[in-house]
Amino acid sequence: MASENDLKSSRISDAPAKASLVNDPKVRAIFYQFLLLVGVVWFFVYIFGNLNANRASQNIRTGFDFFSNTSSFEIGFTLIPYDRASTFADVLLVGLLNTLLVSVIGIVLATILGFALGIARLSSNWILARLATIVVETLRNIPLLLQMFFWYFGVLKLMPNVKQSLELPLFIVFNNRGIVTPEPLFSDNFGIVWTALLVAIIASYFVTRWAKARQDATGIRPPAARINTALVIGFVAIAWLASGASLDWSIPVLQGFNYKNGIHIPPEFLALLWALTLYTAVFIAEIVRAGILAVPKGQSEAAQSLGLKEGDRLKQVVIPQALRVIVPPLTSQYLNLTKNSSLAVAIGYPELVSVFMGTSLNQTGQAVEVVLVTMLIYLALSLITSAFMNWYNARIALTER
Amino acid sequence: MQKKLLLAALAATFGMSATASYAASHGAGTLQAVMDKGFVQCGVTGGVRGFSAPDENNNWTGLEVDFCRALAAAIFDDADAVRYTPLTSTERFAALSSGEIDVLSRTTTWTMTRDTSLGINFVGVMFYDGQGFMVRKSDGITSALELGGASVCIEAGTTTELNAADYFSSNNIDVNTVVFEEQDEVLKAYEDGRCDVYTTDSSALAAERLNLEDPDAHLILPQIISKEPLGPSVRQGDDGWFNLNRWVYFLLLNAEELGVTQANVDDMLASDNPAIKRLLGVEGTYGELIGVSNDWGYRIIKALGNYGEMYERHVGPNTEIGIERGVNALWTDGGIQYGPPVR
Amino acid sequence: MADTTKNSALYVRSEMAPDMPPPVRTQGVVGWLRANMFSSVGNSILSLLSIYVIYLAATGIYNFTIVNAIWQGDGGAVCRVENVGACWPYVGNRLTFFIYGFYPDTEYWRPNLAFAIGGILLFLLATPQIPGKIIWGVLFLVVYPVITFFLVHGGGFTGLEAVPTEKWGGLMLTLVVAVTGIVASFPIGVVLALGRRSKMPLVRSVCVVFIELWRGVPLITVLFMASVMLPLFLPEGTNFDKLVRALVGVTLFTAAYTAEVVRGGLQAIPKGQFEAADALGLNYFQATMLITLPQALKIVIPGIVNNSISLFKDTTLVSIVGLVDLLGAVRAGTATGTWSAPTIPVTGYLFAATIFWVFSFAMSRYSQYMERRLDTGHKS
Repeated sequence: MASENDLKSSRISDAPAKASLVNDPKVRAIFYQFLLLVGVVWFFVYIFGNLNANRASQNIRTGFDFFSNTSSFEIGFTLIPYDRASTFADVLLVGLLNTLLVSVIGIVLATILGFALGIARLSSNWILARLATIVVETLRNIPLLLQMFFWYFGVLKLMPNVKQSLELPLFIVFNNRGIVTPEPLFSDNFGIVWTALLVAIIASYFVTRWAKARQDATGIRPPAARINTALVIGFVAIAWLASGASLDWSIPVLQGFNYKNGIHIPPEFLALLWALTLYTAVFIAEIVRAGILAVPKGQSEAAQSLGLKEGDRLKQVVIPQALRVIVPPLTSQYLNLTKNSSLAVAIGYPELVSVFMGTSLNQTGQAVEVVLVTMLIYLALSLITSAFMNWYNARIALTER
Repeated sequence: MQKKLLLAALAATFGMSATASYAASHGAGTLQAVMDKGFVQCGVTGGVRGFSAPDENNNWTGLEVDFCRALAAAIFDDADAVRYTPLTSTERFAALSSGEIDVLSRTTTWTMTRDTSLGINFVGVMFYDGQGFMVRKSDGITSALELGGASVCIEAGTTTELNAADYFSSNNIDVNTVVFEEQDEVLKAYEDGRCDVYTTDSSALAAERLNLEDPDAHLILPQIISKEPLGPSVRQGDDGWFNLNRWVYFLLLNAEELGVTQANVDDMLASDNPAIKRLLGVEGTYGELIGVSNDWGYRIIKALGNYGEMYERHVGPNTEIGIERGVNALWTDGGIQYGPPVR
Repeated sequence: MADTTKNSALYVRSEMAPDMPPPVRTQGVVGWLRANMFSSVGNSILSLLSIYVIYLAATGIYNFTIVNAIWQGDGGAVCRVENVGACWPYVGNRLTFFIYGFYPDTEYWRPNLAFAIGGILLFLLATPQIPGKIIWGVLFLVVYPVITFFLVHGGGFTGLEAVPTEKWGGLMLTLVVAVTGIVASFPIGVVLALGRRSKMPLVRSVCVVFIELWRGVPLITVLFMASVMLPLFLPEGTNFDKLVRALVGVTLFTAAYTAEVVRGGLQAIPKGQFEAADALGLNYFQATMLITLPQALKIVIPGIVNNSISLFKDTTLVSIVGLVDLLGAVRAGTATGTWSAPTIPVTGYLFAATIFWVFSFAMSRYSQYMERRLDTGHKS
């Protein structure tokens, strides 16, 4: 592309008498780029030279060996088995998984809430629209970190302590240590049930495709949803009964300081998730609103004249068209949410920045290695998310004839 | 080209701030750099009473602050020629090795890893401490061994974090740790009931307890689970500066041992004791050996008093923190503080 | 004819019936309510729910900030009572700390003056009706930062007492970080945006890598980098102070976002403009400075303002690397014994939130105003 342009322009300048080399855009382009290259190379040589000199003179340890060293500290909330004998590589993985956990759940919740708020702002219901506007305008103009502190330190204080825990139905317990839920304990042969579920899901995918093809061909819509439900329930039930697999629940009980057994969801996680969800949702709401407003009014009027109800109008006509406008900025909101999860360092949720760039950096003292690795991981996450959303965007893009 | 432009733009933008930057070159020596800029830049905590804490007017006080003030007194004959940089645990070593601060006097535990691989050197031990636990009286706990199942609040990037993990795992106690970046947050979380236990150096526990709404509702358990020798540290690779720091510390101990106090230091100038003469610069040129004026000892004691006085002033039994001298007493009084002779 | 009328049956009305008012239910308050809030069962439920939520929030806020609030006192002790609301003495007593940090109180006029100048320049620059944008732009982007630095920092030839950056804090520091970030990142962002659209592959790739690198990582990692890594990259003996390092991080980070906004503006310029510039025989520099950039920059004002809002809110992150900005100042007091009471943190957060909200909301309104203004400009 670029070289083509350069060629073209060089030909033009070549035409009348041989101009001096200095005025040849092609030569100049090469010269400028050479200068830039020299500059960039010099820059990196310079800073890494300084780095090595500084570290040598102060006798600071270097290299990535520390990854296989024992971390010697505990982490309060981990998705994989971890203890003080684990290595710094494990610490990195624990942090990354915790980041991903809060990001993925946050993205799902923020999308749902964001769409709801965005649609509510455009609702014909006056008071609902006003309420949504107030929520959006309030939350989007207050720093996320401040909101996080508010939810964590402000609201945590008001929660009941362990001895006065709120015992909700289904053995769920709620107190200022977070939420404790019963934990499912699967027997060893439960794998069969999972396999059955997987098979059922794959089968229902084909059923849906068949149903769609049939509807396109004949205009009759087979009851795909009902077939699929039956498939899933049937497969799982048969596999469960046939295999004799069992599922027990470990019920939380108050013992000593805290509840024992069950799954513990720490309040740091809840505060972080809640703050991230709300903050991102109001931005998504604005994107959704803009997207819907970008759909010409004629579209919803046409849908109205076809006799579609308000819900169907949105679902079948407006939203699919609005999505094309919505998806690109939505991607950057998802990325923002993932990056913003790093603020958890301030409220003690053990995510990547907190356990790796905080604790590990301090215990190893290898600032450069730790910071670079952390940044690279975020960069990779960003690139992967962008790639996925680009793919999705290409799929839903308007196919022009 | 763009990149160069960019660099030029950056340079132009921040060039104006260059007056705020200064040389702390190791070639020329930190001492020279300190003398040139006219003050000691001292890395401190964000606020631990008794060790380093600001009042409402940003005047810093505390045992570790006094060490920096002693340095300034030795160099400038002005104990106020100190500027303070509050640091989190995570930042402190980077701040020191980058030259942002000249000396780190921030309740930092002397460990082998830190001494050997972080590019810093520990000067001495201002306070022999150990890690302890604070719990609510209402929980009815009397020993750390009863803490099974408890939630423990810890500050990130400290030896505390490692000690706690060691202690609980070696005693087969299962606890849930919650780690915060700043000490303020740890305390707040403990107070809000997020944790049953707050663990850190026992001296800091004593100080932080006073920051709770109702200090009497909390108690510090008798167990001390670690050795926490807290002391100032300096950058590696500058022996002159290291020596100065080290001997300022020893001087404080020697002064106490010889009975030289802030009150009697002027009289002591006339003392016949050769050790006191050397200490106060009446005899010999000991100041020159560390690059300061020969009356450095007199300057320090006159401005701040000896180690014992500093201790009594900030953390001793008569202060609100109220920690007995214990192992921090001089070797002559049954403690382990021992200053090699000025000779 | 008259007869016919006269003879027609009595039941035929001879004159128009008076207009009746429309049914109550379609008109006035009731009608409006029916149309806008209770048009269907679902809508009615939503409306009632909304009203309930608003009622709860409003009474909650009213009770907390006014009814149960404590207004007088000089320590946290007055607020350690049952069912207490906001503890305003905390804000009242520490207000100067929240605004200026540890800046010496005899010198408050210096930051005040700096902010006044900045406010006036910004007003001149931001009001579309006032001519001379280039002059104001240069004054604000080049001259003003220099003046502010010497005014606020002092020392040297200025004859003012030097106030080292460790003493800067509170709202003042927040504004310093935000304004420096916005102003310093702007030229870098423009250069990067031009570079990204360059025809030279190497220039383009360097810019793309630079932009995507900063946009791909969280600001907090950039600040960590600036605070623990940057010093190691500089030759031994050079050292920037903590605030300057944070500013470098914030500036590079913001520059990447500014670059993308400016690129959007450049892309929106019709191709004909570039071709026309070429046809006039302008070289790259002339074409950029005279034709494309002025148009692009005009279009991107709302985008730049939106970036500024994000940056303004993101300045709170500097409190994580140990600078005492507004949020840091509010939090700093809550952990000390004097000011420790149950509602003091929330009171402080409310205060900080209000300030942040006012600034951000004002900026977002301005951005929307410019958007509308530019929009009509385009269509006409």
